[in-house]
Amino acid sequence: MSTFVGDAAKAPKFQTAAKKLVADTQVRHNVKRATDLIRKKRAKVVGEMADWEELREAGHHIKEHTLRHLDFYLEQFETNCTAAGGTVHWARDADEANGIIVGLVKAQQAKEVIKVKTMTSDEIKLNVALEAAGITPYETDLADLIVQLGEDKPSHIVVPALHRNRMEIRRIFLDKMNLGELGDQPEDLAAAARGYLREKFLRVPVAISGANFAIAETGSVCVVESEGNGRMCVSLPKVLISLVGIEKVIPTFQDLEIFLQTLPRSATGERMNPYNSIWTGVTLEDGPQEFHVVLLDNGRTKVLADREARETLDCIRCGACLNACPVYRQTGGHAYGSVYGGPIGAILTPQLQSMEHSQTLPYASSLCGACYEVCPVKINIPEILVHLRNKVVEQGDAPWEEKIAMKAAAYVLDSPERLERARNLGRIAQKPFVKNGVISHLPGGLDAWTAVRDLPAMPSESFREWWVKREREGHV
Amino acid sequence: MNSARQEILERIRDATGGSTPSREAEYAALPRNYVCVGSLETNEKLELLVDRLEDYGATIFYAKESEVSARVAEALRARNKSGLLIPRDLPRAWLPDGFSFFREGATYQEVNASEGVLTDCALAIAMTGSIVLRHSAGEARRALSLIPDYHLCVVFAGQVVETVPEGVRQMRAFADIPITTIAGPSATADIEMIRVKGVHGPRTLDVILVT
Repeated sequence: MSTFVGDAAKAPKFQTAAKKLVADTQVRHNVKRATDLIRKKRAKVVGEMADWEELREAGHHIKEHTLRHLDFYLEQFETNCTAAGGTVHWARDADEANGIIVGLVKAQQAKEVIKVKTMTSDEIKLNVALEAAGITPYETDLADLIVQLGEDKPSHIVVPALHRNRMEIRRIFLDKMNLGELGDQPEDLAAAARGYLREKFLRVPVAISGANFAIAETGSVCVVESEGNGRMCVSLPKVLISLVGIEKVIPTFQDLEIFLQTLPRSATGERMNPYNSIWTGVTLEDGPQEFHVVLLDNGRTKVLADREARETLDCIRCGACLNACPVYRQTGGHAYGSVYGGPIGAILTPQLQSMEHSQTLPYASSLCGACYEVCPVKINIPEILVHLRNKVVEQGDAPWEEKIAMKAAAYVLDSPERLERARNLGRIAQKPFVKNGVISHLPGGLDAWTAVRDLPAMPSESFREWWVKREREGHV
Repeated sequence: MNSARQEILERIRDATGGSTPSREAEYAALPRNYVCVGSLETNEKLELLVDRLEDYGATIFYAKESEVSARVAEALRARNKSGLLIPRDLPRAWLPDGFSFFREGATYQEVNASEGVLTDCALAIAMTGSIVLRHSAGEARRALSLIPDYHLCVVFAGQVVETVPEGVRQMRAFADIPITTIAGPSATADIEMIRVKGVHGPRTLDVILVT
């Protein structure tokens, strides 16, 4: 049994991965272009909502309340879903969830499954588990299909193929779909996906979905989407399996009235996404006649236990913080080494992994606060980043250079005399490096700082020296 | 199997202290200071719905109650269709002569081969241009309004609410039945964030608005 988040435990440090990606001008161009567009659209449709702040506030409080009473709401969901003909399974970690799902597919003697976009299934590496059991998963979300056929990794939680442009996508489709020819317009590519997936939707007997919301009061599940692949998966096959993180539960059906307003506007800059599917258990003569929900922990209860970081679990996976983040916009999602990139990934991934891996992620931020500002459920990501950095230091995982620097700084800043002496020393030591009032190259390991920025030179007279002199000269 | 359930619930109770009897009161006290009920006049509300639907690329046909079948015929001619699938309980009065209509009950393959589907709806939300289908006898099982490439939907003015909260509160009454909300034809922005109309769901959505 093990808790993991994709291959994040094996991922290189953020800084190492970022360096390589920042050098890839094509990826940077694609990411910048796409995030610019989506931010503009979001700003427009958020701007027309006079009650946006009230919606954010309400969403935040509902999530906070739900987490506080999570045991109650999960049991209530289970009771109501079961009463409506669904079967609820519980999975402590990724392996257990994969085992349950593979078992359910095998019980149908199915060799193929259709899947509607679920980042949670990427988190638990469900496709790897299915393939190992001889089951072929077909991703049906267009972006997921691009990622799957391109043998790639998702780089954005809403638009996983955001790092690819149309020419690259055309090449992937031509290679993998056995097409004679194919245009490069988005319309051509969408039509190719429609043709490729249609017979699978009509034929494959088992579907796997995620859930945007699981409603405790009614036992209903809600999937929010655009293309219709979600509707296909949740309403055509004989058997439907929904993988649901335990934090996805909301108390009442009415609570949808908040999230169905904030999610589409934040995620894709639409007033409403084209399709929402809401279903409750099994319905006679309509859709799957066997419905399973797998409730997944996989580290979430550890996040829940940390009072200062608990609100990480408020996330409704809209991706607005990725699009707003000046770091993500330069590196794209792959630098984060996790299925969850950007600011939310920087706080979620290390926590899900019990702070044993991905400790460089809390440093993948300038703490500018843009993520907090756009978050539709008001997760204070910058505060949690600082909290996690503190944890990294406390458990002794900070880089040794930083440890030495911090110790030295603490020693010097502890006494005015030491600070004075250090300043005098610094003024002499800086001399060989100062040019036109700035330091552009520092020696040794310190050049990591000056590689991308200039350091202002220390002035010949400090404020304190000036103040003392001023008093001495009687300007008081 | 139950041990996983037990263990997860215990982990949660360890983390939070467990749910308390004050839960219900706390939930009732949660702030909901957003707009719940709209303020538009009926005609403004309908204009807003039409504006939103057209923004999504849907086409609107206006009708009086006695004209539904005439508008159905007009839409079918405009789209060059000879007939449509229909749900079991769709009013016969809506069906014009000269076209073929097939009551549901077909296999997925047969639905896939059809020219389109005609349904009514449960309600519509003006602010977001959403049409809400309650998958019962009038709006058919989910496959019927999903697999065909063309969806013609009849919306009555009296079914239109202004805000999402008004809509969701009405939907709550039939939450036990599958619900689909539709805001325009299927679409994607997965390629360079450019919105493309029509992926897997119906690529064309026409609406007959009955006033």
